[in-house]
Amino acid sequence: MGERAQQFGEVILAVESVSLAFGGVMALDDVSFDVREREIRAIIGPNGAGKSSMLNVINGVYHPQQGSITFKGLSRSDMEPHKAAKEGIARTFQNIALFKGMTVLDNVMTGRELKMRCNFLQQALWIGPARRDEIEHREVVEGIIEFLEIQAYRKVPVRQLPYGLQKRVDLARALAMEPSVLLLDEPMAGMSLEEKQSMCRFILDINGHYGTTIVLIEHDMGVVMDISDRVVVLDYGRKIGDGTPDQIRNSQAVIDAYLGVAR
Amino acid sequence: MLYRQTGQFKTTYAADQQIFPLRQDRIAMALLLAIAFVAVPLIGTTYWLTAILIPFLILSLAAIGLNILTGYAGQLSLGTAAFMAIGAFITYNFILRMPWLGAIPSIILAGLCAAGVGLAFGLPSVRIKGFYLAVATLACQFFVLWVLQRVDWLKNYSTSGVITAQTIEIFGYAFDSPASKYLLTLSVVAVMALAAKNMMRGRTGRAFMAVRDMDVAASVIGIRIMRAKLLAFAISSFYCAVAGALYTYMYLLTVEPEAFRLELSFRVLFMIIIGGVGSILGSFLGAAFITLLPILLNRGSEWISGIFNVDISHATVSHFESIIFGSLIIIFLIVEPQGLARLWQIAKEKMRRWPFPY
Amino acid sequence: MSFFIEVLVGGLLAGVMYSLVALGFVLIYKASGVFNYAQGSMVFFAALCFVSMIENGVDFWLAIAITITVMIVLAVLIERTVLRPLVNQSPIALFMATIGLAFVLEGASQIIWDSQPHLLELGIQDEPIAWLSQHASIYISRLDLFGAAVAGILVLVLAVFFHKTRIGRALRAVADDHQAALSIGIPLQHIWAIVWAVAGFVALVAGLMWGARTGVQYALTFVALKALPVLILGGFESISGAIVGGLIIGASEKLAEVYLGPYVGGGIESWFAYVIALLFLLVRPQGLFGEKIIDRV
Repeated sequence: MGERAQQFGEVILAVESVSLAFGGVMALDDVSFDVREREIRAIIGPNGAGKSSMLNVINGVYHPQQGSITFKGLSRSDMEPHKAAKEGIARTFQNIALFKGMTVLDNVMTGRELKMRCNFLQQALWIGPARRDEIEHREVVEGIIEFLEIQAYRKVPVRQLPYGLQKRVDLARALAMEPSVLLLDEPMAGMSLEEKQSMCRFILDINGHYGTTIVLIEHDMGVVMDISDRVVVLDYGRKIGDGTPDQIRNSQAVIDAYLGVAR
Repeated sequence: MLYRQTGQFKTTYAADQQIFPLRQDRIAMALLLAIAFVAVPLIGTTYWLTAILIPFLILSLAAIGLNILTGYAGQLSLGTAAFMAIGAFITYNFILRMPWLGAIPSIILAGLCAAGVGLAFGLPSVRIKGFYLAVATLACQFFVLWVLQRVDWLKNYSTSGVITAQTIEIFGYAFDSPASKYLLTLSVVAVMALAAKNMMRGRTGRAFMAVRDMDVAASVIGIRIMRAKLLAFAISSFYCAVAGALYTYMYLLTVEPEAFRLELSFRVLFMIIIGGVGSILGSFLGAAFITLLPILLNRGSEWISGIFNVDISHATVSHFESIIFGSLIIIFLIVEPQGLARLWQIAKEKMRRWPFPY
Repeated sequence: MSFFIEVLVGGLLAGVMYSLVALGFVLIYKASGVFNYAQGSMVFFAALCFVSMIENGVDFWLAIAITITVMIVLAVLIERTVLRPLVNQSPIALFMATIGLAFVLEGASQIIWDSQPHLLELGIQDEPIAWLSQHASIYISRLDLFGAAVAGILVLVLAVFFHKTRIGRALRAVADDHQAALSIGIPLQHIWAIVWAVAGFVALVAGLMWGARTGVQYALTFVALKALPVLILGGFESISGAIVGGLIIGASEKLAEVYLGPYVGGGIESWFAYVIALLFLLVRPQGLFGEKIIDRV
């Protein structure tokens, strides 16, 4: 535990007093926490606590009424999704927002969008730069596909894949962006035990191999306690816990609101 | 047996990315092009060339244009005919007033103008979706047609309302025979279809499809949605404009707004629904279907008239045509929403396994 | 000044006619989430059916009864063959299916009956109201006024139907969420058949009024296209919106044609409504009375 803590860098992402309301409903209420480089940070809490909204605020899908997000030193409250992408934030979605009309390969290739250089005219002619660009990115994508063990499904349209595999493709697409911070929204939801173990392995590998900072929302407490370095607990939009998994496990407030008593 | 994939292993990504990865497909395509470019002009009758093949090619190009916008990028448009009209009229004006430009540059410039209009009418698409956008494109369709009918300068102050199209000349060679018109049309369509296929299988196509399938996810990846939608409108308008110029100069031979009414927009839309949305091949299949069906119906009704001695008027045949088109749209939407292109794909997959059923 | 009032009122009344057609759209959209491009063809179909019977000597009210029956049968057929197979498809797919349906209906109407224009007599003349024309020199057609009255009654009946009856509530539930409605036990297919039948009835009324005004002819199907801007202004789900939208479109169209038209060579009516709709879409996409859509990720 101690050695891992030494690998962490400075604070790369800081959420400062963020409040978000939809009409009369307060989704987030003055939430603040930070995330250090290369750590795995979990966000937990009961349903409706505002976890997905928090991720949405971080990458600019929702704009908070108050507060700001500081990422790599830059502080702002009006992030747009594609700007977040440009700066190195990638995410997966709870409901798998894959492009249903495309194959696995094409879906992951879309993740390379920001790194691609050629414009449409060069592509129309399919001349040198366009071809080289396409092949170069194809190589990177193939590396990710191999890493996540989905080679056999490359040319399969994603809508034909089972749920667990679709989640992996979602992850692959996010990885293709070569992000500094990866936001994972319930990556284990709906998976069997074996699938969860695979996914945990992938997440740890991504964090270890690529050094990507990971922020994940998860309901499975076993997973959270096992793989995360620090945990934030939300309840009704408010932060009720913030610390290492052990600290959270023993916090009275968290036990009352969420964990329940251990048998 | 013949259509086997085994033994054809790809060792480079370049080979894997070809438009026709199977050798049999490449041979078939080469044959098709040979027949189209060499055999047809030699043995084709004037009727076949001027009444069937030329309009088929032109409408395929329009269908590709609409497919780029509606099929790949998911922006429903009912204004295809308006963009074709813009292409026709602006080409006419360029050839009329700046004959030194040459025919092909005039058409290209007309396409660029249409792309500009497409950008303007595409701006609402940033905020509006689905059939709300369709209404915006209807506004475009009606407004553009009104402008072309009213602004006399565009018609060279012609009082009769029917302007004869000039003959296209490239480097002194006049394209006025059916065979030469056919070859020019075929060349333009082939080149533009290839360009379209290249764009759609690369980054541009993926960005369009991403915007179509789930735009929130697309923006999260870094795709600039507004840019993608506007680019789709621009490219699509360019293609439709070139199609419109060809429609006027290679087929109709008169320059009139009446040829580009709402009905034509619907025809092209039907082509991509039946042929297959999001597919370049589908554009061709749909255009072929819709070009050939009325002719088949007419022949069929003449045959029935002959056998049963009943008089079937042309009006009746065209009403039956409406019923059949409408029913086909509904049937395709229910049974095979991806159209003829998908049926073709399924047929090829079955052929690959033939004679083994599994 | 009196000329302005005349143009204005003429426009408003024309707008009421648009509203009649728009009502049919709203009904179907409210209850099945489908934007029925074929509404115009249904208007044409109903009017043609009615008029041919009248011309063959059938009694007025009997002809109405028969036409209503025909529209109900048509509604059931449509539900069975088009809607049921497409139950979970995207709205765009359903919209395109209704485009196909429109073509089928147009072709069928012209084969079953013929394509000549027919005159439709409702017993009320398309003449200026004598009192107004003599005392204030304002020419307002009796027929147009009658149309407005009919539309008003229809709207009242429909509003009561939707908000006070059990079936109306079921219709609103279905419009909101097909799956949820099914899970409470609402019989989806019956509901849709009912809705399309009601829309068919509205189409008949619209067809009668339009037919009396302009004769029953193929051009009637294009009235549907004009209803689109009305719906955008009023919101796709609002009955009152259809009325208000129709009035605004009708009035502004007429006023633009009369006052702006001469400066630009006329013919503004072909596109003015759409441009207004377009501007509206940019500012307030859900229309005056529609509901704002919130996209949840």
